[in-house]
Amino acid sequence: MGFISEHSVLVASLIKVAVLLFIVMTALAYLTWFERKVVAHIQSRWGPYYVGAHGLLQPLADGLKFLFKEDLTPPASDKLVYVLAPFLALSLSLTAIALIPFGPPNLRLFGQPLFVVSNIDIGLLFLFAITSMGVYGVALAGWSSNSKYPLLGGLRSSAQMISYEVSLTISVVGVLLLAGSLNFNSIIEGPQGQGGYWLHFVPKWNVFPQIIGFLCYLTAAVAETNRIPFDLPEAETELVAGFHTEYSSFKFAMFFMAEYANMITVSCLATILFFGGWLSPFPETWRWQLYLPGAGLIALGIYCAYDAATRMRGLARLQLSVVTVLALGIGAVCLLPMVAPYVQGPFWFTAKILVFLFFYVWVRGTLPRFRYDQLMSFGWKLLLPVSLANLVVTAAVIVFVTRHA
Amino acid sequence: MIPLIVFFACALLAVASAVTLILAREPIHSALSLINVMVALAILYLLLGAEFISAVQIIVYAGAIMVLFVFVIMLLNAGVEERTDYSKLAKYAGLPLGFFLLIEIARWMYGSSAGSTIANGAGAITGAVSTRDLSSELFRQYLFNFEATSLLILIAILGALVLARKNQ
Repeated sequence: MGFISEHSVLVASLIKVAVLLFIVMTALAYLTWFERKVVAHIQSRWGPYYVGAHGLLQPLADGLKFLFKEDLTPPASDKLVYVLAPFLALSLSLTAIALIPFGPPNLRLFGQPLFVVSNIDIGLLFLFAITSMGVYGVALAGWSSNSKYPLLGGLRSSAQMISYEVSLTISVVGVLLLAGSLNFNSIIEGPQGQGGYWLHFVPKWNVFPQIIGFLCYLTAAVAETNRIPFDLPEAETELVAGFHTEYSSFKFAMFFMAEYANMITVSCLATILFFGGWLSPFPETWRWQLYLPGAGLIALGIYCAYDAATRMRGLARLQLSVVTVLALGIGAVCLLPMVAPYVQGPFWFTAKILVFLFFYVWVRGTLPRFRYDQLMSFGWKLLLPVSLANLVVTAAVIVFVTRHA
Repeated sequence: MIPLIVFFACALLAVASAVTLILAREPIHSALSLINVMVALAILYLLLGAEFISAVQIIVYAGAIMVLFVFVIMLLNAGVEERTDYSKLAKYAGLPLGFFLLIEIARWMYGSSAGSTIANGAGAITGAVSTRDLSSELFRQYLFNFEATSLLILIAILGALVLARKNQ
């Protein structure tokens, strides 16, 4: 007991890490389902349909498949680095999520902040420090495989990530100038927390003054996560599968998960920096928004019940009934007056992230891949100058306004 | 207690990685060891309360410069290093002199106030230096040095461009 009370921060952090890891892993699995479904519907297909109702058990089946596949190691590979690369990629991308606040810092349980694992003063810098290391997973995977195509993929990824990281970092500096802090919670509570609404209902999100910075961030973020149209490190039509050609079984799955975790991280960052993070978009005086999370879940439950009753047969009907019961139950709990304020932060945060994730999948379903020289000239000749100009103009406006105010 | 454990773990990691950096024959392994040293140093800075420096250490060295190193090693597809016969001078004079230097530095650190400050800081975080304080020092008191350094870096970049340009 003495140890626990002495190191309460440590113990609480470990528990939060465990819970967060579980949630993030589940989210990663269902993000693959989400992506396959959305891309399928964009292309007029059904997507995963047979494993579970609406393919809901597909991620589980995929995970099992990855676990039981033979894990091949190419004999000519550099064994140590070959094994290290996927671990590096996944652990770094998961570490970054520990810095993200999912709700207000003043909501506490047993004296510990509930919704963030580590709320440090220079959160944003640390996040960039961790994500800037992420390139090693890809680059080292390409090198250690000792094979042509992976090497080309690794080369491309390191060149691409260095190029776009510059624009990514500079594009968010405008927001930092407005917020005057590197701490995520201060950035979130900055302009909107002072009761700022235009016309009493449009929240003063950073995206409005920083729309150019936001567009630069969005583009650079897609490139940083190696996704279409910037997925040149993989480029299956040119490089087989790029940096992870030689990887199989769970090591391949780790790269896969790392990519999705990176997607979640950059979506979280976009939400925090430009869209007010866990704050509700509506003014506090609109009391009905307290019941929105519960109502949304109950609506989902009713839809699932309707679906199970009319369209599903046999096992799928049973599975969908479980989803229905879960949605209705959690929704009812969320409606309780003592619980409702606690779920507000995570609810709005998740909702905003989902919009970004949908955007990512949408882009993937729509745009063709860049050519390599187009990628480089776009990054260095357009994105970087525009984000630099945005920074200069923002700084000039801030200096001008504060001098004359 | 925990900061001390972290300190010794990171110090050991830094020293061990520095040794493998020299001993490794594969250039990528050397680069990886160097990254290890950088990250371990960043954690040591964190223990001293220098959050900003620690983050910048990782972003600049591990995240940018070393990525370039790795990129170039991969691009040139540098092979395994060839070992020549060990230099006799290095073996019989270098190693003892190295140890002598180490002992001298340790002795000086043990006696000086800077050493005891660092030693006390490593065990207990005495309060982090905020980014705001750092930047106000940097941009007020040391503005000239800062701008002079940036000019120097600009000249170095131009020099690299001139040197790397193909003769036409």
